[in-house]
Amino acid sequence: MTRRDLTPPQTVGPFFHGGLLPEAMNVLVTGETAGERIRIEGCVYDGDGAPVSDALVEIWQANAAGRYRHPADRRSAPLDPAFTGFGRAGTDERGFYWLETIKPGRVPFDATRTQAPHLNVFVFARGLLDHLRTRLYFDDERTNTDDPVLRVVPQPRRPTLLAKHQTAGGRVIYRYDVVLQGDGETVFFTL
Amino acid sequence: MDGPGRDPSTFPPYLYEAYRATTRRAPKQPLIPLPHTLSEITGPGPALSGALHQTVQGAASAEDSDLTTNMGTGTEAMGERIIVTGRVLDEGGTPLPNTLIEIWQANAAGRYRHRVDQHHAPLDPNFLGYGRCLTTKDGAYRLVTIRPGAYPWQNHPNAWRPAHIHFSLFGSSWVSRLVTQMYFPGDPLQPLDPIFNSVPAAARARLIAQYAHDVTQDGYALGFRFDIVLHGPNATPFEPYETAQRATR
Repeated sequence: MTRRDLTPPQTVGPFFHGGLLPEAMNVLVTGETAGERIRIEGCVYDGDGAPVSDALVEIWQANAAGRYRHPADRRSAPLDPAFTGFGRAGTDERGFYWLETIKPGRVPFDATRTQAPHLNVFVFARGLLDHLRTRLYFDDERTNTDDPVLRVVPQPRRPTLLAKHQTAGGRVIYRYDVVLQGDGETVFFTL
Repeated sequence: MDGPGRDPSTFPPYLYEAYRATTRRAPKQPLIPLPHTLSEITGPGPALSGALHQTVQGAASAEDSDLTTNMGTGTEAMGERIIVTGRVLDEGGTPLPNTLIEIWQANAAGRYRHRVDQHHAPLDPNFLGYGRCLTTKDGAYRLVTIRPGAYPWQNHPNAWRPAHIHFSLFGSSWVSRLVTQMYFPGDPLQPLDPIFNSVPAAARARLIAQYAHDVTQDGYALGFRFDIVLHGPNATPFEPYETAQRATR
């Protein structure tokens, strides 16, 4: 097989809604989904602190038992027939997005270590020539201290990856803002 | 700022000042390399393709690969009919079967069906402007659409986007995710376009489809070929990760 050069990315632009959100994809759960119901919400901001009204947030996560619906996850933790683990939400004019999902279980980091519960997050927008790759952790999760990924993030920047636990009307909400640039800039990764 | 994992000979920088919107949206802090754990080597691609495959078998129209008719009005979209085909591969050249491709584009007059598109070009009542398909077992896909028009934008005086089709792919893992744009050969607007130019010069040709006379269908449509190569998960050695990270700080 010949080695192939990667196709370069290009911005999603401002007109992606028909192509990527022909229907809403921000509710990942049904009545049958197992696990603790949570709502993720927040705003996407630019370097001036202005809301980004044309961003798209994508998430990928394990189910409540810590199993990914994917052939590469061959562990024995059960799959949930009522949960895929993928969600997508566009931002509105306030830069606001929300998703309804369940808190994921823990997944392995390597042969000996386990990761704290997290969502894998992508951010797309006009003005982003490639999508941004980040993670969402839960600020009330005590296993965060041992998470091998969080531990390599410089301590002052770690809070940008922690969604803040709140409750409203008996519902659990995790607030997760994304700051593309400047003060409080979210930690972004390369994969 | 960019870091390892985004090869500077392929990837556009996040900050590219000629494309003005990048100046307030590009991150300024260094990106942190992430090892490919189970979170990165899995991804929604297989599950989404599986769901779409089931829908396709249930209703032939669900694989939405003909944009000349998918508005469902019974009348064809206006414009130069084209066939876009190609293969989706990984870096090793292995074809990726059953991979979801989502596309969207302007109509023949250069207008998107989108509420924020203010270009005073006509909407085509018979053109929706988006669709999707799955690759076959050989990694091949085929779309029928119309050639999109160029359109003006506000980036700089007399700025025009070259004709392009937006492509979104998941591939087999989270690291494979790609959103890009396909351009057409011989378009004089490409060297003037900062979005196209943001890609390193040697890699720009990978975004341009080739005219393919063997794909062109007599009496029906012009053919273009556009292959797409997705990043695959590494066999990353996990153990040195934290040590390596500390060493670089």
